Amino acid sequence: MKSKPVILCYSRNDITNFVVLMILGFAIIPFIVPTDYWYTSILIPWLCLSLAAIGQQIVMGYAGQLALGAAGFMAAGAFALFNLELRLPFLPFPVALGIAGLIAAAFGIIFGLPSLRVRGIYLMVATLASQFFIIWMIDKFGWFKNYDTSGIITAQDIVIFNKPFTTPFEMYLVIMVVVTVLTIFAINMTRGRTGRNWMAVRDMDLAAESMGISLLKTKLQAFAISAFFCGVAGALFAFTYLKSMEPVAFDIKLSFRILFMVILGGLGTISGAFIGAAFILLFPVVLNTFGNEFFHGMIDATIISSIELVVFGVLIIVFMIYEPLGMAKLWENLKLRIRSKFSNRFGGEQKA
Amino acid sequence: MTEILFFIEVVVAGLLAGTMYSLVALGFVLIYKASATFNFAQGAMVFFAVLSFVGFMELGLPFIGAFFVTILLMGLVGFCTERLVLEPLLNESEDTVLMATIGLGFVLEGLAQAAWGVEVRRLDLGIGDFPIQWIIDSTGLFISALDLTAGVVAAGLILGLSLLFRYTKMGLGLRAVADDAGAASSIGIPLNNIMLMVWTAAGVVALVAGMMWGARAGVQFALVDLALKALPVLIIGGFSSIPGAIVAGLIIGASEKVLEVYIGPYFGGGIEGWAPYVLAIFFLLWRPEGLFGEKIIRRV
Repeated sequence: MKSKPVILCYSRNDITNFVVLMILGFAIIPFIVPTDYWYTSILIPWLCLSLAAIGQQIVMGYAGQLALGAAGFMAAGAFALFNLELRLPFLPFPVALGIAGLIAAAFGIIFGLPSLRVRGIYLMVATLASQFFIIWMIDKFGWFKNYDTSGIITAQDIVIFNKPFTTPFEMYLVIMVVVTVLTIFAINMTRGRTGRNWMAVRDMDLAAESMGISLLKTKLQAFAISAFFCGVAGALFAFTYLKSMEPVAFDIKLSFRILFMVILGGLGTISGAFIGAAFILLFPVVLNTFGNEFFHGMIDATIISSIELVVFGVLIIVFMIYEPLGMAKLWENLKLRIRSKFSNRFGGEQKA
Repeated sequence: MTEILFFIEVVVAGLLAGTMYSLVALGFVLIYKASATFNFAQGAMVFFAVLSFVGFMELGLPFIGAFFVTILLMGLVGFCTERLVLEPLLNESEDTVLMATIGLGFVLEGLAQAAWGVEVRRLDLGIGDFPIQWIIDSTGLFISALDLTAGVVAAGLILGLSLLFRYTKMGLGLRAVADDAGAASSIGIPLNNIMLMVWTAAGVVALVAGMMWGARAGVQFALVDLALKALPVLIIGGFSSIPGAIVAGLIIGASEKVLEVYIGPYFGGGIEGWAPYVLAIFFLLWRPEGLFGEKIIRRV
């Protein structure tokens, strides 16, 4: 085995950072972001996709299983929530969301089974089956879509304790709470025994097995939890961002985008999921504005989207060559550099 | 009797469609054999090659001219890939290289679309996608001319490649590199030339596969997704075996059609999309190394 991602540990310091971020998210952003545009087109999809990226991160960055079917699990979660709301309307929204996640997790376990026998590209193909199968299943059986023939199914409103959360800001708050809870959950898991088992399996599965780590349990656990995160993310994505239920939105392209978030953000870091999601989401926006600003519509929109593909591809190659740990590591390096500069200047304590 | 005839027809159509999967899979196998790299960009190469081919034709080049210019272009792509992507990643883990080739795939897709546009092109090879009359007359089977051509072309290509690898100096060098790249380069086999040749060969295969697919479904972005179907083919055939790619392509093609026709209606049809993958999973449980692949032995 050649070089593999090093564990970037989370110290108490980082948890403090996280708390600061949370205060920023809950107390500061609501006051400085006035327009709905920011909520509906940037913050909401960013948080949803970050959550999905955490799911992908768990199975790929932590457990080292090359899986490519995140969007399938997202679709499973989204349609599970739709049907739960439709058929069991008495369930409170948070409970329904949790159950939707669990249903996605069940799919995760089923499609994680091949990971016990195969790895690498073989596993990638096996997980592609989940992607195609889940979308096909939702498309073919009318029950999942409540026999709606129009093709456009509106998602129900989010109602918690009889209070509807329908404005972009209210939805943002709901997502923020869910993302916060699940992120803390994910961070704790990766720092604890579960996460260490995952990383042992990732770094050398045979060695891990001979040290008494059950591959069966560890791998399936990773797939289940990953699918849970993706399922919840997919449900939120459909209910707050898409606001409609359409299987096409969860096609293989979304799976690839989530894969890129994780690769570019940095494998094996939770913060990488957020950074990667922000980058993948914002980059096309920036490129479009740039293209319009400087060339005043002289460049075709299709050309811009092609250039976007090229840039993503080049970035992936460049990161694989120069910094396989992704943007999260770059950010970490930057912090270290600044910190060491300051500690040198003021003679403060040295931190490694 | 007609039912049996219909079954044979389904199987034959499936087998011939399967040769198209084999053609795509062949490109993967070539590169995997030479460098133990799984080239995820092969699907994008198919798209890139055939779109460039059609593009050159539109620029006014004759068929043969466009064909050779495209081959030169694919050689250039291979050269750049070798120098800019694979060499820096020489000692990295397999997964890292795999992800880099995913990136390469996106670069190729983006470049192709930026250069030639996104609209669906028609590719007329002069071979119709309709049944051949004399086969209907003699056996009663409906077999598409295009399918048959694809089968013949695939057979020719495979024969050519096998001969090339077995009887030429280049082929000998390639097999040496595949066996042990370090040892091969230490006895003076030019690694870079071999790689360049392999990538060009993969480019040629991609072009031919793209032309066959393009003639049927139009030259469009969906070709990249079609190429994903080559993945189950590889799993079943094994990554390093050319006969494996062929046999597995035939298996996938035939079983996909048979399943779609006989079992599909019970599920509302459209199972072609995922049936090959599920088939591949069952195959993995039985033979993880594929039909003709080398047994994988891993040690701590």
